[in-house]
Amino acid sequence: MQGYSKDGTDRTNMTKADIDVVAPDIIEKLDRVKGCRHHFPLLRQRVNGKALVYLDNAATSQKPQIVIDSMMRYYQEENSNIHRGVHYLSERATQAYEAVRSKVQHFLNAASRREIVFVRGTTEAINLVANSYGRNHVEKGDEVIISGMEHHSNIVPWQILCQETGAKLRVIPINDDGEILMDEYERLLTERTKMVALVHVSNALGTINSVKQMIGLAHERGVPVLIDGAQAVPHMRVDVSDLDCDFYAISSHKVFGPTGVGVLYGKEKHLEAMPPYQGGGDMIKSVTFEKTIYNDLPYKFEAGTPNIGGGIGFGAAIDYVNNMDMGAVAAYERDLLEYATENISSIKGVQIIGTAKEKASVLSFVIDGIHAHDIGTILDSEGIAVRTGHHCAQPVMQRFGIPATARASFAFYNTKEEIDALVSGVHKVIEVLG
Amino acid sequence: MPALRELYQEIILDHNKSPRNYRKIEDANRKVEGYNPLCGDHYTVYVKYENDVIKDISFDGAGCAISKASGSVMTSMLKGKTREEAEQLFAEFHKLVKGELNPEENMDHLGRLAAFSGVSEFPARVKCASLAWHTMYAALNNKETTVSTE
Repeated sequence: MQGYSKDGTDRTNMTKADIDVVAPDIIEKLDRVKGCRHHFPLLRQRVNGKALVYLDNAATSQKPQIVIDSMMRYYQEENSNIHRGVHYLSERATQAYEAVRSKVQHFLNAASRREIVFVRGTTEAINLVANSYGRNHVEKGDEVIISGMEHHSNIVPWQILCQETGAKLRVIPINDDGEILMDEYERLLTERTKMVALVHVSNALGTINSVKQMIGLAHERGVPVLIDGAQAVPHMRVDVSDLDCDFYAISSHKVFGPTGVGVLYGKEKHLEAMPPYQGGGDMIKSVTFEKTIYNDLPYKFEAGTPNIGGGIGFGAAIDYVNNMDMGAVAAYERDLLEYATENISSIKGVQIIGTAKEKASVLSFVIDGIHAHDIGTILDSEGIAVRTGHHCAQPVMQRFGIPATARASFAFYNTKEEIDALVSGVHKVIEVLG
Repeated sequence: MPALRELYQEIILDHNKSPRNYRKIEDANRKVEGYNPLCGDHYTVYVKYENDVIKDISFDGAGCAISKASGSVMTSMLKGKTREEAEQLFAEFHKLVKGELNPEENMDHLGRLAAFSGVSEFPARVKCASLAWHTMYAALNNKETTVSTE
């Protein structure tokens, strides 16, 4: 077979010299990712006399210094209520907060600022859609589709909606690797379907779902789709225009920002037609005791003083992520996950839960005869933080017939040395309890 | 590491591996399920309770080493006890795992329960240790509902 030249796409016939030309660039990029670790002050501490190994990033990520500094600066120099005062500080705070909305718009590649609604987090974003959009479009006899790997936050709001309206909640089953069964999904999509709500990346299994394809299938039948993107944004570039999703929900704290802030992206046509979710200040244009005229988008959905300081911190986190080469981050994390999977799964008695072909940085596992909680306690004594339990995804645990898993979840600041520590920790668990 | 050894003492490891009274009692007149939603520990406690005496007590289900060992030690200690005696022991056990009772000063009546003193260093595990006891308490007080630690 004839190989192409160095700058061609086919590298099958490349010589070692050719590869050497390519490789240093990748290695340098990966080293640059690894070099970001020192931006995270919390990671320098010791826990139980050992260097902290933080492998609970799917629960919440750590924060780089610039995020911490941005919030401190806000409270020291800019703190004021927004959208209200005519005074200097209020103007400054309003500008800083609204600038974050534009950052989020570009971060998600939304068409307009009007499509970016600040909320407390992914959970509130989903509740907003279930309440405001759901109650106006879902009736008795209708159906809402979710998948078998949803977090409780993308189950319970729809369950409540179905109970109140008399609609039915339909669940797409998953296979033994933790992948959605696409045939079953297509079978469930009918004229009764009024909403599809799917997780982009599973927090319990790490599966990356083919959401673009699934959105397309729903749209063919005129069904809107909400994507729970909480676990996706820390690991990949998300482009809501390209996905063509109707709603996309994220949390700041999963993507290196503070807790208590999140975003609901919604297509303008939907948000415009939806009634308010909560009433109060800031979401109105004028109020009399007879009638209230609601504010324009996105403010119609932002009642009350928001988490301004948190929003500023989220803006700093987006700047931080934007400065990273997300391609290199993904490559680095893929390498970490492969290394961890190989080393953990080769330990006798250990079984990985969630073996999808497309996976993000989540490694859930169980050990024969040892409960996840005991794994967590013994790893903690070694300074290793993992999550143990059902990960707010009890139906996933039921699907695999297990009460709980131990879950190590990685960020780009984790290292192979930390995975080695995890492997030694698991050996110790077996030594103590096996 | 010393704290970890205190938590997973030999008695606890032994009772986790071979839990005593780990069975159903077919003619039990009290049966209550206990559930710890946080970590998924889930047990059923069976009691044959007659004339204010625990004639027989057993448990089954699934959970971590601490919760299983606790159910095992509890059932082996409560057989033949009155409700009042059982509840008094529960009160002491509760104080012990919360670090409010010195095991060395109370060895005479704590017996094997003293093995759970290490739990007090691990606040997240107190619920694991107490689950079987809460469930037993509900069973003796004839509460039919499922007991939850949350």
